[in-house]
Amino acid sequence: MGIFILRRLGLMLLTALCLTFIVFWLTNLYPNLEKLAKTQGNFRMSDEAVTSYLENRGYLQPTPVKFGQWLGVVPGWITEAEDGTTTGRCFTSATPADERPRFCGVLQGDWGFSTVFKEDVGATVLTRLGLTGKLMLCVLMLMVPCALIVGVLAGMREGSRLDRSLSTFSIATTATPEYVSGVIFIAVLASSRFGISPWLAEMGWIDGKTLFLGSATSAMKDATFWNFFLPVLTISLYGMGYIARMTRASMTEVMTAQYIRTARLKGVKFRDIVLKHALRNALIAPFTVIMLQIPWLLNGVVIVETLFNYKGFGWLLVQAAANNDIELLLAVSVVSVIVVLATQLISDIGYVILNPRIRIT
Amino acid sequence: MEALTWTGSMGWLNPVLGLAVAVTVFAYALQILMSFIPNAEMRTVGSGGVSAASQGMSGLLGRVGAYGFLATLGMVLIYVLAGTVMGPDAGIFGGLSQQLLPVWIALVVLFAVSITLKRKLGLYGKLFDSTVGMIGFGLVMFWVFAGVFGGVFDMLITHDSLSQVSGMKNKLPGTPLARAEPDEYQWFLLGGDNLARDVFSRLIKGSWVVVQIAPMATLFAFMVGITLGLPAGYYGGKLDVFLSFLANLILAFPVILLFYLLVTPEIVQTGIPNYMALILFIFPLVFLAVLLNSRFYTQPSLRTPLLIIVLGIAGWLYLSLVSTDGAIVDAPTYRLPGLPAFMDLFDIDPGVLVVFVSVVFVNAPTVFRIVRGLALDIKTRDYVAAAQTRGEGPWYIMLWEILPNARGPLIVDFCLRIGYTTILLGTLGFFGLGLESESPDWGTTINAGRRLLALYPHAAIAPAVALLSLVLGLNLLADGLREESLRD
Repeated sequence: MGIFILRRLGLMLLTALCLTFIVFWLTNLYPNLEKLAKTQGNFRMSDEAVTSYLENRGYLQPTPVKFGQWLGVVPGWITEAEDGTTTGRCFTSATPADERPRFCGVLQGDWGFSTVFKEDVGATVLTRLGLTGKLMLCVLMLMVPCALIVGVLAGMREGSRLDRSLSTFSIATTATPEYVSGVIFIAVLASSRFGISPWLAEMGWIDGKTLFLGSATSAMKDATFWNFFLPVLTISLYGMGYIARMTRASMTEVMTAQYIRTARLKGVKFRDIVLKHALRNALIAPFTVIMLQIPWLLNGVVIVETLFNYKGFGWLLVQAAANNDIELLLAVSVVSVIVVLATQLISDIGYVILNPRIRIT
Repeated sequence: MEALTWTGSMGWLNPVLGLAVAVTVFAYALQILMSFIPNAEMRTVGSGGVSAASQGMSGLLGRVGAYGFLATLGMVLIYVLAGTVMGPDAGIFGGLSQQLLPVWIALVVLFAVSITLKRKLGLYGKLFDSTVGMIGFGLVMFWVFAGVFGGVFDMLITHDSLSQVSGMKNKLPGTPLARAEPDEYQWFLLGGDNLARDVFSRLIKGSWVVVQIAPMATLFAFMVGITLGLPAGYYGGKLDVFLSFLANLILAFPVILLFYLLVTPEIVQTGIPNYMALILFIFPLVFLAVLLNSRFYTQPSLRTPLLIIVLGIAGWLYLSLVSTDGAIVDAPTYRLPGLPAFMDLFDIDPGVLVVFVSVVFVNAPTVFRIVRGLALDIKTRDYVAAAQTRGEGPWYIMLWEILPNARGPLIVDFCLRIGYTTILLGTLGFFGLGLESESPDWGTTINAGRRLLALYPHAAIAPAVALLSLVLGLNLLADGLREESLRD
């Protein structure tokens, strides 16, 4: 088991290195750098001005060198201007000469400087991650129980009308991407002119103008049911159907097992069979699915945060990518790659722990 | 001209429809609640083990529900039929169903022919034994016909999808045109968008974009996935480790980040999408060549002319696909010559090409993993061992023994994946990537409409519902196919 985890961690590291290098290479292609220079400097820069801007800031070194500098295994660039002041990757011209570090990269804990937000990348990513963590926690709290209940109810009597209704419901949710359900929810539940809100307001059943708020910006400070429920519901619905279908498949398989038949023949009540005998074994497979679903939620988070204007990690990704903010984009991709690989590892380990029939060789 | 209501002169039927829907929903809900009470379901078993219909309250409710559902369907059919005859007199729905008349005719003909011949049509025919599959197929074919008639023949649309009509900005569905010429269509059936264009016409035009790109991109992804997944699963070893690592690498990327990195004008300038197209589109050629060669290599007199003809045509298509204006890559600093313009069969818009390539790129690793898993499973079967004993080559075994026996799960996944590709295309449009901002495709339209969502939701709701129904149809179709292919 220890060797297995070590090997997986090594593979994770290799994957993360490869991926960050690809992101690094793509963001450092010349047209992207040119765009960066023009958005940072001014849009009417001549080609020579662009080149000197990039040259002074170390962007025109070979990509592997720059990547090494970002990682912190190659000394950072130092440029001497004509008037004698020196600037470098790791210091500004104001830093005293004996305090200037040679290396500054990820290994030294320095994630760089965001050109869009004019802030330290590490701090920016952490604040945004905290906001998205809040969103994800709510999503998981809503999605997982609902999906498991739907799946177990559908799977306990295969082919019944309940099963067919719930299965159709799960198919419908998997067919509704977040940008579709979000748009429909906002139009129906959060518009003061359409949908059911005006009607409810007329009846005097809701205090405000709308049933829910169509923007989650205020939820960043304090989240309430009113301003936070729609984004949470939108993400949960898309992921729910898949988990519910997997739970249903696992439940129907367990319900046909020999020991369930024995229990029925012994005259155990149906409720006890489901709750005491079937449920535990039926929940092994969904655990894996839930863990593997988390990276998919990341996509949903990007869409929903853009749609509801909630300035979290997904919103950060869009801002960084749209403005070619290289170091911010690298940090964002490192975080998302770690999320993907860590959830895969947890799902594998958890599966082995939950299911004693599986052994890792 | 007066503004249209939703059902117009058919409005007197609305309470009847409402009643039918209410009865159905009520009966379904009640029956589900009853099923939680033990022994509510009394299933009588007659002589010879034949089970009769459910008795008691539950059986009654089941029948009421079924009749209610049929009544609802019948009512909808009446609206459509009346609409095709009466047109806008029957309100917006009437106008819509009259505009969609060619689609209805095509659907009826397709279903009539398919159901009469269903015993001779293999898996496709069996689809018509499952209600879910039929509903899904109907939804999918509705959009396919709408796309073909509207996009290619300009039939269904009421106005030009790009022209702006003065005074129609953000107008509600059914608004009449302010200063319409007599020969023009008098209404915006589904309203106007924020640039005063007709939402309905854009919806139909947009369906053609989706119907064109999604299945083709999925097909290419399958070609790539199959060509790489079969040897990875069959040979195993170092090749498998390497290819699996590459696939996992791509899968570990968040899709949206990948899109943002690949589908920007700056990256298009560097020519990277063209190189990716060059690599990804060669796989169908490789697949075809290996497929035919492994089958006919014992008969060189047949194999050689066949390969020359097939690869000649496929190669020409390939070169036409990857080259635009006589160049494969046309970056500002250099130029990679391709097929000369006079031999070029068709040009692909660079925006569409980059969208296409990135969607194939995202989908291919998942297909690879599925095919690899299936190959790993099937290569232990007896008929593979028999073929190995006969001395068949590895590619023959992979393509003519393993692949045909893996077709069931692959066909089901193909349908699901077209749906997923549609969702991805919508995602790209939603972030304004790839296709130009006036493109009528659904994702871009949703993106344009979402800014005024709280005030004028119709411009975003229409494409959202369209996308939902197409993907739902594909999912139901896949479900029906899975059920029917498991049955035998």
